[in-house]
Amino acid sequence: MAEKVTMQEILSEEDPKKRNEKYNNYVDNVTPKHSWFVNLFWAFVIGGAICTLGQALINLYRYLGAGKEDAILYQIITLVALSVIFTGLNLYPKLAKAGGAGTVVPITGFANSVAATAIEFQQEGQVFGIGCKIFTIAGPVILYGIFSSWIVGFIYWIYTLYV
Amino acid sequence: MDYIKAFIIGGIICLLIQILMDQTKLLPGRIMVILICTGVVLSALGIYEPFSQWAGAGADVPLSGFGNSLFQGIKKAVDKDGFIGLFEGGFKSCAVGVSAALVFSYLASLVFQPKMKA
Amino acid sequence: MSEQSKMAGRQSVIFQNPPCILGRSSVAGQKEGNGPLGSFFDYIEEDPYFGADTWEEAESNMQRKAAELALKNADCKPQDIRYLVAGDLLGQLIATSFGIMELKIPMFGIYGACSTMGEAMSLASMLVDGGFANRVLALTSSHFCGAEKQFRFPLQYGNQRPLAATWTVTGSGAVVIGKKPDNSEGSVLIKGVTTGKIVDFGVKDSMNMGACMAPAAADVIYRNLRDFDRSPSYYDKIITGDLGYIGQNILFDILKEKGYDISEQHMDCGIEIFNDETQDTHSGGSGCGCSAITLTGYILEKMYQKEWNRVLFVPTGALLSPVSFNEGDSVPGIAHAVILETEG
Repeated sequence: MAEKVTMQEILSEEDPKKRNEKYNNYVDNVTPKHSWFVNLFWAFVIGGAICTLGQALINLYRYLGAGKEDAILYQIITLVALSVIFTGLNLYPKLAKAGGAGTVVPITGFANSVAATAIEFQQEGQVFGIGCKIFTIAGPVILYGIFSSWIVGFIYWIYTLYV
Repeated sequence: MDYIKAFIIGGIICLLIQILMDQTKLLPGRIMVILICTGVVLSALGIYEPFSQWAGAGADVPLSGFGNSLFQGIKKAVDKDGFIGLFEGGFKSCAVGVSAALVFSYLASLVFQPKMKA
Repeated sequence: MSEQSKMAGRQSVIFQNPPCILGRSSVAGQKEGNGPLGSFFDYIEEDPYFGADTWEEAESNMQRKAAELALKNADCKPQDIRYLVAGDLLGQLIATSFGIMELKIPMFGIYGACSTMGEAMSLASMLVDGGFANRVLALTSSHFCGAEKQFRFPLQYGNQRPLAATWTVTGSGAVVIGKKPDNSEGSVLIKGVTTGKIVDFGVKDSMNMGACMAPAAADVIYRNLRDFDRSPSYYDKIITGDLGYIGQNILFDILKEKGYDISEQHMDCGIEIFNDETQDTHSGGSGCGCSAITLTGYILEKMYQKEWNRVLFVPTGALLSPVSFNEGDSVPGIAHAVILETEG
């Protein structure tokens, strides 16, 4: 936690950089925060619940005769579809308000970010609206997912050449 | 048993990320990128895959699991096709999740209008 | 009449023939209508789209409605208005351009972020007192959905709003400012203005705009008191635009340090317009519309009823854009003070 800074110290500071630093510390101190415990609790419960739902779906698809890999894929499709519907019905934001990271971390958060932009930017047209902006939030995830796995994969490829 | 495991493991990952979000004020977009890259790295270090085998959906549903499957996909493709596998594996392994998100979201844009936040 | 005599102190203007507020209007969204000031607004629209297909068009419709109502209230036609001074929050002021095009009034488009109402009224008053116009229409608007889409996230995106965050007001306020009529008994005059500087204390958190803008508000209020050599008690109310709870406390702190205690007189439109407990708006309301409809709906009403006779109206603005935010810039603030006094 930042040390307590008084307004006098801030206003009498001549160096603008130091003044800004002190002001930021001061602002941190006077800004209320969400209850730490409540936030963590709901992130845990809602995030845990979404994962449990995922597990239930996997078990269901396995019970229906899917192989292990396929069951996971069907599960992903189902979770994504549910998240998109919840987004369209304006329910996902309500869940996220309490859930915080609990709704960002699961794959449903990724799906929400795609669906929310698609719905919002339809007003700006099919190509430049939905087409371009659908990746506004999810694009970085795909880019850095592909890029980081490529880099690590490249190292792995070199390793395979010598082993 | 696997439900309890999924709940607790998934819940803990979300809880840790909530701490990160509250402490750093990072926006969700950055959080998602951090998660997926962490998943890729942990997977390459040989940690995430065994963890996911044990924890089930608790490890797969979070985006870090998405990162894990990205690297596992690349690894499989490199083992099979060598260098060219580097350019195949990633998209193959995330194909289902990304396609589902794109297709369903597009359909949703035909059905739903943006609404005022309640 | 020497030109110099209209200048007061370093940043202020004192009008020789104080312009008068001839007409006013406030158009608000449903959430604002449900708030504590709901009964003061002229027109409350249930449909967040205001009958349009897009948020931008919705804001334009809202602005047109506000302009029409203000003209009606002032009992004049578009051709009676010499100039229009207006702006909004959307990129390149599209809500304004498309909203008031049909009025066919010569216009100055301005951007002052959420301080736009203060800026518009300052310029309009100068035009009138300077003899460049008999009547000027000053208006502005903001729409929660359009602002959210442009500055934050798509509406259906799930995110947690921090407690320091404010809620953009859906509303449009307009005033007709003109030469004082012969019988000005009971009307509200604009006696002077203090134009604010851009003040930047290096806060980068766009979800804490009160903290970004409080130094600018403090600066312009301090300047106003110094330029006119007044104490805060001269005013019945000193009313800031959208500092919210956090910004209000910072404002008190800064001014106390500079030797002024305004906690007696101070009111913030952002705090008044919503009920945080029941409406879950966190630090308060914000946006151009916030100070605009609070002024035209509530503050002027209080003045006409002589509850308040001297008001310093200080809309506050945060000068950020999505680009400056992405590029890691801080959020500078600005504020403009307008001195309102009742006549007779």
